[in-house]
Amino acid sequence: MSFISIKNLVHDFAKRDEAGEKIGSFTALNDVSIDVARGEFIGIIGRNGSGKSTLAKHINALLYPTTGKVFVNDYDTSDINNTYLIRKDAGMVFQNPDNQIVATIVEEDVAFGLENIGVPSEDIISRVDEALRAVGMEKYREQSPNRLSGGQKQRICIAGAIAMEPACLILDEPTAMLDPSGREEVLKTVKRLNKEKNITVILVTHHMDEVIDADKIFVMNKGRLVLSGTPEEVFRKTDEIRNYGLALPYATEVSDRLKKLGYDIDICLTGEELINAISACRNVRGGI
Amino acid sequence: MLLELNNVNYVYNEGTVYEKHAVKNISLSIDENEFVAVIGHTGSGKSTLIQMFNGLIKPSSGTVCYRGENINEKDYNRRALCGKVGLVFQYPEHQLFEQTIIKDVCFGPKNQGLTEEEVLERAKWALCLVGIDEELFEDSPFDLSGGQKKRVALAGILAMKPEVLVLDEPAAGLDPGYKKQIFDAIKRIHEEEHISVVLISHSMEDVAEYAERVIVLNDGEKIFDDTAGNVFSHVEELEAMGLSVPWVSKFAAALSKEGLDIRRDIITVDECVEALKRLL
Amino acid sequence: MIRDITIGQYYQGSSIIHRLDARTKLIATFLYIVCIFLVKNYVGFVAPVLFLVMVIVLSKVPVKFIFKGLKPVIFIILLTMVFHVFFGSGEAIFSWGIIKITKAGIKRGIFLVLRIVLLMLGSSMMTFTTTPGQLTDGLEALFKPLTKLHVPVHEIALMMSIALRFIPVLLEETDKIMKAQQSRGADFETGNVLQRAKSMIPVFIPLIISAFRRAFDLAMAMEARCYNGGNGRTKMHPLRYKPVDFYAAVICVIFTAGTVFLRVYGKGLL
Repeated sequence: MSFISIKNLVHDFAKRDEAGEKIGSFTALNDVSIDVARGEFIGIIGRNGSGKSTLAKHINALLYPTTGKVFVNDYDTSDINNTYLIRKDAGMVFQNPDNQIVATIVEEDVAFGLENIGVPSEDIISRVDEALRAVGMEKYREQSPNRLSGGQKQRICIAGAIAMEPACLILDEPTAMLDPSGREEVLKTVKRLNKEKNITVILVTHHMDEVIDADKIFVMNKGRLVLSGTPEEVFRKTDEIRNYGLALPYATEVSDRLKKLGYDIDICLTGEELINAISACRNVRGGI
Repeated sequence: MLLELNNVNYVYNEGTVYEKHAVKNISLSIDENEFVAVIGHTGSGKSTLIQMFNGLIKPSSGTVCYRGENINEKDYNRRALCGKVGLVFQYPEHQLFEQTIIKDVCFGPKNQGLTEEEVLERAKWALCLVGIDEELFEDSPFDLSGGQKKRVALAGILAMKPEVLVLDEPAAGLDPGYKKQIFDAIKRIHEEEHISVVLISHSMEDVAEYAERVIVLNDGEKIFDDTAGNVFSHVEELEAMGLSVPWVSKFAAALSKEGLDIRRDIITVDECVEALKRLL
Repeated sequence: MIRDITIGQYYQGSSIIHRLDARTKLIATFLYIVCIFLVKNYVGFVAPVLFLVMVIVLSKVPVKFIFKGLKPVIFIILLTMVFHVFFGSGEAIFSWGIIKITKAGIKRGIFLVLRIVLLMLGSSMMTFTTTPGQLTDGLEALFKPLTKLHVPVHEIALMMSIALRFIPVLLEETDKIMKAQQSRGADFETGNVLQRAKSMIPVFIPLIISAFRRAFDLAMAMEARCYNGGNGRTKMHPLRYKPVDFYAAVICVIFTAGTVFLRVYGKGLL
C-alpha cells in the first residue's frame, strides 16, 4: 500500500493579463504519476522551474490537481473536507526560513501548528519540547528567531512541522538559501528523523549529492517525470541527467568520464566506490 | 596595484555589549587582471571586508587605497569609486526596481552623469556581455527567472565599467545549468574585458574552477593568501575552520592514503581525470 | 545601529513581573499613563517614580538596558526642553531677540521631560517583561468583547504579532537594498527634500516587492500548518489569572485611586 499515490497529475497555471482576465495557461505538471511507501526517503530533483515545487505543494493540498488525483494516506487531496487531515499528516518546510516563521519566540513558532488544530495546552508544551529536542534546538526555545543562523532557523521550521506528528515531511528546497554548514545541519536532521522516527521524507532539491542515499529518486524536467528509480539506477543515466541541466555527484562524474575514455570503470556514486574500482582496475592490469 | 588594504580593522558596535571585531588587521592587494576568491564560513568577516572595497563601510583603523589614493580621505569622490569597484550583492531582488530591464541597467551609468546615448550604449554592451537577449530588454525584470535576474543585476554593475568586479555568492541558489551561465559570463568579463574579479563563494568547487588566487578568512583574520592549488592542499587546516576543500582534492588525498601515487594539488575535475588516466 | 534599539524589545527573564498575566500588565500600564497625565507638578511625580523603581527592581531587567531604550527619543526630549526653555512665557531672566529664558519656561521644560521619560520607561517596562506573543494574546483577550460588534479581534492581534516579527527583518533588508543601490552610484544624502524623496524610489520598490513576496510565502506556510482563522485555536501558554495578578491589580488600583484623590482634593499638593 503506498502512502502517497499520485496518478496522472496535471497542473495548469492560468496566465492572466493586467485586468485579471485569463489569456492562456501554462502546464507546470504534465501527467505525473508517483507512488511513495511509508518510511521512504525520496528525492525529487530538477532544474529551477521544472515543476518540482508545484509537485511538492500538491502533496500538502496547497494546490489541487487540474486533472488526475493525489492521495495522501488514502485521503483524496481534491476533497476539501480532507484538507486539514492531509496537512496534519504531511508537514511542509519551504525554501526561505525567514518567510515561514510566524512568531517572535522560537517555542511559540513551533507551537503555531498545534494551536491551529486545537491541541490542549499541556500537550502542546510536551510536543514542542520533543520537537525541539528532535532537531537539537532545545537550548534556543525562548530566543528570538531573528538572531539565529539560517540552518538553525530552518531546523526551527522542521520542528514546527514535526510537532504535528506527521507521517510525512515534504521539504521544498530547504537548503537553497543556506551556507554549507547550514545545509549539512538540515540534511543530518532530516536523515535522522527519517531513520529514528520513520517519517517519510520527500526532499525537493537540485543538489544531486543530497539525495545519493535516498531510497528513490524522481527527476523532473519541464513538468514531466523523466527518470525514477534508486540512486544507482538514476545516476547511471549520466548523459540524460546532464541534458536535463543537472550536475552529477563528483564520483559519478569522474567515473563516467573515465569509462567513456575506455577504462574498465563502472559508474560510481561515492568516493569509496571509485577508489575500489580504480584499485580493481589496476589489479587486473597488474595481473596480466 | 588597483586596490590596497593596509592593516585594516573593523569593529561593529564599538563600546557596547554587542561589540564585534569583524575584520582584524588585514592587509591585501588586488592587482589588475586578477581572479581572486575570498572564502570563509559565515561570520568570518568576508562581507564586511568587501564593503570596505568601495567605501560602503569605513574601516575603524587602517587604510584602503584605490590606485594609490586613500578612499576614506575627506575629499575623495566615493560615489565615483562605486563605478570603479563594482559590488554585486547576493540577491538581485535588492537591486532591480525599474519597469524594464534596459532601464534598470541604465541606472548605474546614469548616476555617473553620462549622456543618454552613452548610458544606453553601456547598458546594451553589459547586457550582451552577460548573455541577455535583446528581445528581453523591454521586459520587466521581475518576470525573469532567478538565473536571469542574477545576470541582469550583474549587468547593472558592469554597465558602470568597473575595473574591479566584486561578486558576493553569484550562483547561490541556482541550479547547475543557470550556475554555468552566470560563471560563463563572469569568465568572459574577466578574460575579454580584462576586469579583475573578486569572488566570494561557499562552493569550493567553483572557487577551484575559476579563481587563480584564494584568500582565506577565519574569524576576521586572513589565514591564507596563495594560489588555489596551494591553499586547497591545507585540507586539515581548512576543515578545522569549518571550510571544506573541493571534492577532488579530498578524493586525491584518500587515494594517496591508499598508497596510490597521485598529485596532491588536484583541484578540478579535469585535473582529476587526467591524473587518474596516468594511474590506470 | 538598527539593532541597538531596545524599545519594544523583550528582555528574557523569569521575575515576578515577567510572570504576571499580560492583561494585568496592559491594564497597569494604561492606568500608569493616566496617572502621569493627572500629575500637575513636581511633587506629584514622587509616587510614579517610586512605583517605577519598584517595578524595575522586581523585574530584574538591568538599568543600563532600560535607559538604552530612551536613546531613540532623546531628540524629542531635547526638543521639548529647548522649546520650553527658550520660548517660555512669563518674566524673563535673560532675553535676546525672540529668545527669552524664563523661570516658568525652565520649570515647564523639566516637567514635560520628566513626563515623557516616565511615559517611555513605564511602557517599555511592559514590553521588556512580556513577549510579543503574550502581549498580543493579552490584547486579544481584552478586546474579545468587540468581536460581538464584528471587529476582527483575532485577525488584528495576529497581524500585530506578524508585524513585530517582520519589522527587524525588513529593517535589515532596507539596509541591504540601500547598500546595493549605493553601489550603483545612488545618492541618498544630497539634494533638497523632493530630490531626496525621489532618490528613495530605488529603495522602496525592491522593499515593497520583497514585503509582498514574504507575505505571500508566509500565508502559504501558515496554510500548510493548518491555519484556519481564530476558531478552535488553543494556546500553548493560555493566559491565567493567578493570585499574584490579583495583588498586583490591587496595588495598581490603590495607586491610581490615590493619584486621582490627590488630584481632586489635594489642590495645593498636586
